[in-house]
Formats: sequence, structure tokens, C-alpha cells
Amino acid sequence: MEQLKTIGRELAMGSQGGFGQSKEFLDLVKSIGESRSKAEEDRIVLSEIDILKRKLLEPDVPKRKMKEYMIRLVYIEMLGHDASFGYIHAVKMTHDDNLLLKRTGYLAVTLFLDEDHDLIILIVNTIQKDLRSDNYLVVCAALNAVCRLINEETIPAVLPQVVDLLNHGKEAVRKKAIMALHRFHRKSPSSVSHLVSNFRRKLCDSDPGVMGATLCPLFDLISEDVASYKDLVSSFVGILKQVTERKLPKSYDYHQMPAPFIQIKLLKIMALLSSGDKSASEMMYMVLGDLFRKCDSSTNIGNAILYECIRCISCIIPSPKLLEDAAEAISKFLKSDSHNLKYMGIDGLGRLIKISSDIAEQHQLAVIDCLEDPDDTLKRKTFELLYKMTKSSNVEVIVDRMIDYMISINDNHYKTEIASRCVELAEQFAPSNQWFIQIMNKVFEHAGDLVNIKVAHNLMRLIAEGFGEDDDDADNKLRLSAVESYLQIISEPKLPSLFLQVISWVLGEYGTADGKYSASYISGKLCDVADAYSSDETVKGYAVSALMKIYAFEIASGRKVDVLPECQSLIEELLASHSTDLQQRAYELQALLALDARAVESILPLDASCEDIEVDKDLSFLNGYIQQAIESGAQPYVSERERSGGMFETTDYHSQDHHEVTSHALRFEAYELPKPSVPSQPSAALVPVPEPSYYSEPHQPISTSSSVSERESSEIKLRLDGVKQKWGRPSYQSSTSASSSTPPQAANGTSTHSDGGGVASSSSSKPRSSYESKKPEIDPEKQRLAASLFGGSSSSSRSDRKSSSGGHKPAKGTANKPLATVPKESPIPVPDLLDFDEPTGTSDVAATDPFKELEGLMESSRQDGGGSTDVMGLYSTDASAPVKTTTSVDSLLSELSDSSRGTYHQSQTTKGPNSKEALEKDALVRQMGVNPTSQNPTLFKDLLG
Amino acid sequence: MIKAVMMMNTQGKPRVAKFYDFLLVEKQQELIRGVFSVLSSRPENVSNFLEIDSLFGPDSRLVYKHYATLYFVLVFDGSENELAMLDLIQVLVETLDKCFSNVCELDIVFNYSKMHTVLDEIVFGGQVLETRSDEILKAVEEISKLEAASNSISLVPKSVSGWRGGR
Repeated sequence: MEQLKTIGRELAMGSQGGFGQSKEFLDLVKSIGESRSKAEEDRIVLSEIDILKRKLLEPDVPKRKMKEYMIRLVYIEMLGHDASFGYIHAVKMTHDDNLLLKRTGYLAVTLFLDEDHDLIILIVNTIQKDLRSDNYLVVCAALNAVCRLINEETIPAVLPQVVDLLNHGKEAVRKKAIMALHRFHRKSPSSVSHLVSNFRRKLCDSDPGVMGATLCPLFDLISEDVASYKDLVSSFVGILKQVTERKLPKSYDYHQMPAPFIQIKLLKIMALLSSGDKSASEMMYMVLGDLFRKCDSSTNIGNAILYECIRCISCIIPSPKLLEDAAEAISKFLKSDSHNLKYMGIDGLGRLIKISSDIAEQHQLAVIDCLEDPDDTLKRKTFELLYKMTKSSNVEVIVDRMIDYMISINDNHYKTEIASRCVELAEQFAPSNQWFIQIMNKVFEHAGDLVNIKVAHNLMRLIAEGFGEDDDDADNKLRLSAVESYLQIISEPKLPSLFLQVISWVLGEYGTADGKYSASYISGKLCDVADAYSSDETVKGYAVSALMKIYAFEIASGRKVDVLPECQSLIEELLASHSTDLQQRAYELQALLALDARAVESILPLDASCEDIEVDKDLSFLNGYIQQAIESGAQPYVSERERSGGMFETTDYHSQDHHEVTSHALRFEAYELPKPSVPSQPSAALVPVPEPSYYSEPHQPISTSSSVSERESSEIKLRLDGVKQKWGRPSYQSSTSASSSTPPQAANGTSTHSDGGGVASSSSSKPRSSYESKKPEIDPEKQRLAASLFGGSSSSSRSDRKSSSGGHKPAKGTANKPLATVPKESPIPVPDLLDFDEPTGTSDVAATDPFKELEGLMESSRQDGGGSTDVMGLYSTDASAPVKTTTSVDSLLSELSDSSRGTYHQSQTTKGPNSKEALEKDALVRQMGVNPTSQNPTLFKDLLG
Repeated sequence: MIKAVMMMNTQGKPRVAKFYDFLLVEKQQELIRGVFSVLSSRPENVSNFLEIDSLFGPDSRLVYKHYATLYFVLVFDGSENELAMLDLIQVLVETLDKCFSNVCELDIVFNYSKMHTVLDEIVFGGQVLETRSDEILKAVEEISKLEAASNSISLVPKSVSGWRGGR
């Protein structure tokens, strides 16, 4: 039946010619549609290409036919075949006077060519001519081509014409001219910078459509430079007000909403303009409030505007009333059956949570529903929300969930992202080192090939350094638990290479340290790894080095080493390896086995991975040997420079002078051919910077700046520094904080073995007893999850308290409170942007500090700010301009401290808010030998005030 | 900004594909295939949104709508509103429906150039130009009328001067 209908339609179209298509085109489309395989399709297309090649070259093709050929060509290229032979024909068609051919030509070239294609040069002239055409449809076609085909170099060729078109009689042309200018601005802002005022002017165009089109370039311009458009706030508010009051012609209504696309663009622009600007925000309160009342939440477009309002409110400084409205709209979204609206609700929640943290708690059950929804998009959005609201009290639940999800998906791109988020959250909020290691193991096990190699190095460093305090016992415990977990995992098949490297390294360093496992047991495991992953040279290298360390520790402690037969065969195999690296490692291992305990101990001392290796650049330890040699008649050493200098003296005085001058500067003439008599001359010229200066010269400023940038870059990526603070810093603050951070773990039952879910399960097993007595409508599982996600003051737990007796409370207490206290007692402000229940008292003080310092700087900018707001005063015809200046600057300040609080947390935690911390940090850093370049902590003080 | 408009059938054959930044043919094919494989694996009755950074680079979203045998797909960045983009697809489909009275996949395939004309009236250089389907229709009809006229007479007809914009 369906088939019949199709055929009927085809016949009908074949007879009418449809929109100018012939039978042949229909046949082509049909045969491609019916082809069973890619090969068949390719064959059809190739024969079609042959036909077209011939036809296009025929003289006197009828215009209608010509158009059809071109469309067939475009169609073929869309299917992914090469149609480049026809490009030149498309270009020729644009030159045609016939509108049909011209438009087809333009369509084809915009689809075929990119702006840097060689053929463009042949089109620019035509475009110029067509832009001046009397026929507005020709002009429109040319403008369309302008958008796509004009590049930075050709913009000047068409710019005057396009600017003229801004005043064209047809609004369709004006609109497109604005869009074309917008495109120019995107491609090369400098080329149209002098024309920006045109956009402002066109905002007052008599046609609302043109005004709407102007909003697109203005949005871009304003997002680049908010300050110079502040004066437009009142105009935008005015326009939006008029639109919502249906002052526009009825034809602009869409689904009973007045010009919704214009409304949305306006809201986006106003969000930019009023971001953190109290006075601008206040101007918008009225119209936003109106929108919440007027928007029809039964249509899709009405919800689109509502969502845009929420987004706007999350950017500006809102009134409590507006926040309420937004929260209400979000709850409507979340309660809706539509997945689209739920998605928007979750997104809105993620935005509002920054300004009003308790809003999420009202919707916890809805959020959990979304987390378990079959819709992947919704799930990801919800994970994003959870990521934003992670704090130390719920990190375990959230990270567990994330890891479960990470394991379940196949999309490598997203897997990488969620893995790095897990790592980031674990580094920031980990309640214990054991938990951290467990999480890392899981991440490595399931996404090992996707995570950054730095994460692995970081994990190894953590295990090596432990808490960074003098508590060796805890460190050993940590290492033992790591070793145990690795010995469990190691026999699983197909582990990622990176993870195996970590495992081998840790087993080598600490496998036998505790005495629990014998050297032969560990070395057997390592041999297995090297065997099982014999194609991975890096893993093999790590394994061999680990073996070497194991044997070294055995020899050093005076025990007799018997090398397992499989190790022996491994070593022999590697001695003949093609990889020089593996070969060298094997030879070293073999040599080491023959040494005595004293020598071995000095080669590979126990647990010395964190020690600095001091390089004696003067080779002073050889002095005795040299002395001996000289005494026995050897020539004393003459440095290369002296040697070559001496030769110059004898050979060529002039050139030696020449080289003295140029050796430190760039040389612009070609190097002369090396002369056999002065072999070292070129090398002296080739090394313009003498090596010693690299070490001893003014290297402090350089090194500090580089280390700062290094920190910043790492902050952007993975915030690896977080770990150092989390585990490293407390010891230098006070020992109490460290000791206070351990008992809660014990209380939580995460002593040693329990895996990542240990805390969650122990905390959630208690509510289980209470849920039997509770009302059954809501899945208790979900409620438990909600309680663990949303922490103390959640609404569901309030209802719990009512229904169930004391049984629940202590459970919650143990679940949340001790964990929450861990970061509270640590002296560093935790980089916890969205912590709900934790008062930000301490961090507030720290956060405002730099701004006090900045205030001095602001004095000058106050004047500037005054100037710009004066202009605004002129526009708004308001006499209260001077008052505004101060308030706006104040609000700017408060906004800065508000909105940038998050970032300042991070910068503080990485750089240290005061010199004391900076000093401590520096000491720590130097002691660990991680970053030996940062030598002057007071420089940080200068930088940070 | 809108990055791409695509229409493809449920077998993954592209029907219309327009990218607002130039891409090589191979890259276009790769993206079309990538989008199709994601879409075809989506269950029914889920949201119409996708975050599609893996194909189109950071901050890329995709909105799609499934009509009979066709997927309508819009790819855009963070400066657009997802729900509004969903309505833009609605605008496109409504316009096509008026254009072809009861639009179906065949109409779209066989009227390839008209499809592009309609699309160019709605989205221009990656920005939303017009959302009133009556206006779009009017513009498209004017174009086809004039094209037909210019085809019957090889010279530009006198009547065309009536179109000249009164500057």
C-alpha cells in the first residue's frame, strides 16, 4: 500500500516536473534509495558522475536542464562523493543573467566551496555586481553567498555595498545585510569595527523583523564587551516590555506568543548586560515578573521563554520574588512528564543552585528520578548537576554513582569526561586515603586508557608520600592497603596499561615493605604481568624495575635471594630484547644481583622515591682520582673554549673576534663550512647561551612565574594540586587537625578493607531499620539516596523524623556529620563552591581580603565607572546619575566577591592566602622535591596581596 | 549560532544537509553518520536533546525531531535555547507542510533546491532569520514565480522592475 502511494506520487511528480526535476533525477534518487549495498550505490553514482561530466560540457544546454544537472551534482556530493569536477560549472552559473541559473549557481557554490577556495576569486566580481542589482531577489542570493564565501581578504571588496544595503527598501534585504555584517564581524572583527554603530542604529528600524535580526550581532558584541553597551539596558527592557504587551503586529505571534524568538534573544542579551549589575538588574524586575505571569506553560515555546527567564535570573542579581518565581517554574518543569522539560528543569536547577543553594533540596526526589531515567541525555545532565553540588558529605554517594555510570557506557568521549570528574571530586573531597585509592583503582580499571597520565603519577606520589606528616604508621597502613588491593586486581585480565604501571611501581616500592608478602610472591606476580602484557614495553619496563627494587631490598636486608625460574627466563629474554630500554634494565638487574648488600643499599635505598637526588655538577667526587692521574703524569684538563681559543690565535685572528661578538647573539648569515683545522668552532657558535647561566643566573623570577602558570594550567585541567593540600598540608598547620581527621573514619567503619561503598552502606544500613515503619509510597531506597545526596536539612529527612523515632537520627548523624567535620577542621578553605550547610564564614573573610587590597586600585576605575554610568544617566533621562555611580561600583565590587568567590577559593587553596601558608607550602614542596623551582615564597605574597 | 541543519531518513540516508561553517565532504559524511548512529540508538519517548561534544566540539547541543520516516536535526552552540530550537524545527516542518501540502520524505528528496530555498529563508548564516511560516512561504513563492518567469523569457522581464526596492 505504502509502495503504491509512493509510486503514484512519483508519477504525478514526474509528469508535472515537480519543482523543475526531470525523470532522470527521480530515477537517480530512486535507484540510490533502493540500492542494497554501498558498492551498488557507488556504482550508480560513478556512472551518474560520468553522465554529468559529459552533459555539462555539451554546448547549448537548455537552462532548465543545466539547473537540474547542478542539483544532481549537489545531491551526489551530499551523499559523500567527489563532485569537484563540476565546481567550475557552478561558478560559471553564478555569472548567468538568468535568475534561475544564478540562484542555482549560488546555491551550489555555497555548498561546494569554502571561503579560501581558489575559485572564489572568480565569484567576488559577480557578487559585487549582484549586490547592486535592482532585483532584490538577486541581492538576497548574493548576500547569502557573501555570508559563506567571503573571507577576511575579500571583505573590503563587498563591504561598501553591504553597508549600503542596510538602508534598502525591502526589510528582507535589510535583515540579510545585517546578518552578513554580523558574519563579517565573526570572521574578522577588525574589518567592521568602524561599523558597529550601525547595529545600534538598526535597533530602531521601523520593521520589527530587522530589529530582531540586529539582536544577533548585538548579542555577540555585548558578550565581548559588556561595559560599552550598558546604556542600552533601558532600551532592551523597553523593547521586551513592548513585545510582551503585544505591541508588535499580530503576524509576529507564534503559537499565541508574541515574537518569542525576539523575546528569547532579548533575555539572553539582558542576562549578559545585567550580570552582577544591581541597577541594571533592578530595571528588569518588572518585565521578568510579567513574563512569569504571562507565559503559557502549556506550549513548548512558552516554556522556552520561561527557561530563558530562569537562565536570566541566574545571571543577574535577582530579587527574592523573582527567585521564588524561578524556583516555581523549575518545579513545574521537573514535575512535568515531558523529558524535555525535565531536562530544562535540571539545567535550571544547576544554574540557580549557585545563588540559592537550598533550592535543590525541594526537588531531591525528582532529581533522583532523573538519575534513574532511561534517557541518557537527562542522566548526563543530572550527573552534571550532582557534580556541581558535590561536597564532602555526599561525595561518596555521588562518585559511586558516577563510576557505576562510567562503567555502563561505551562512549569514550563521555567516559573520559566523567572519569576526570570522578578523579577531580575524589581529589577535592575524599574522606579518607583508602577511599581515594579505591576510587582511583576503579577509575583506572574501567577507564585507564582514557585518563590523563598525570593522574597516575599523582596517585603514585600520594602513596609514596602518604599523609605527608610524620605519622609513619598511617603511611604504612595506606601502602599496605594499596598493595593488598593491587594484588587482588592484578590477576584480572586486560587491565589498562597505565594502571599496570601504577601497580608495578607500587608493588616494587612497597610490596615487601610490610613483611606480609614474600619477595618471591611479589616477584612472581610481577613476572606474570610482564608475561601477560608482553607487547607493552612500558609495562614491562615498570615490571622489571619493580623486580629490581624487590631484589635490591632483599639483598640490602641481608636475606638470600633466589631468583624464580620464570624471573630468570624473563631476564634472559629481555637481555636480547629489541628495545634498548628493556635491555638496559635487564642488564642492570643482572648486575645488581651480583653486588653485595652495602653496594645495593646505596644504589637503591628503601623507600627513597621521594628523596631529592642531588646532582654534583662539579664532579667533585672525582677530585681524588684526577689528583692521582696528574701525579702520575697526565695532562691537566683544558676546557673546550680555551682549547679552541688557542687555536684561533694561531690560525685566524679576525674570525675569532667575530665569534666573540656573535656567540651570544643570533646570527643572520649562513654558517661557514666547518674548517678541519678548527673543529670546535661551529659548536661554540651553535651554543649561544652558555650552559651554566641556565642554572645560576636570575632564575628566580622566571621560575616563579613559570610555576604560577604551571599551577594555573593544572588547575584548569585536573586540579592535581588539590591532592597535595588535602593530604599534605594539615601536618604543617597542626597535628590536631590530622588526628581529628582520622577518628571519623573509624566511626564510619571505613577502617581498611571496605570498598568505596563502605561508608554509604554502613550509613544506609541504619535507616533500613526505620523504613519498615514508614509510609510506603516513596521508594525508601530513593529516600535514602536522597538523604545521602542532599545532606542534613533535607525535607524528606524532616518527614522521616516525624514518622520514625530516634532510630533514624543517629544514623544520619554518623552518616553526615563526622564526614562534614573533616574539611571544617582543616584550616584551608575547602574549594567547595556549593556547600549547603557549611557556613562560609571562614572563607568569606579570606575571600574578601584580596578585594580590600583591590579597593585601592578601584579608586581610579571608580572614576571610569562614573563616566560610563553618566552616559547611561543621559540615556535614561534620570537625574540621579551621581548616586548611581557609587551604587553601581559598589555592586560591582560585591558582585565580584560574590561571583568570583568560587574561583578565589581555588586560587587560595593552590597559592595560599597569606605568606605563612605560602612559606609552609614552599617548605612542603621543597621537602617533597616535587617542584624545586619555586624558591621564593614571598613572591607569591607580592602577587596575591 | 546554529552549526548545522540535517534531515535524514530512518535508514541514515541524508536528505538535506547544510553546515554553516565549511566542512570537507568527508567530515560532513562522518558527522552525518555519527549523528545517525546516536539518534537510531535513542529509545522512544525520551527527550529531544543531545549533548554532542564528541562530534561537533565543545558546547555543542543537538535537537532532533522524528517525523514518520525522517529525522530533523539541528546542531547549535550554547547561545541558543534548546526549546526554541525545537520550535524552529516545528516552524520548518510547518512551512514545508504548507509548501507541499502534506509533506513526506519524497517531497524533500525531489525538491532539493526548493528545500534549500526554504531553509535559507529560515536560517541565514547560522542565525535565525524568520520564524513566521507565512512570510517564509511568501518569499519562497516569489522566488519560484520569478524563476519561472526568467526561464520562459531569457531576458529579465519588464515586470521584474516592479520588484526593485524603492531606495
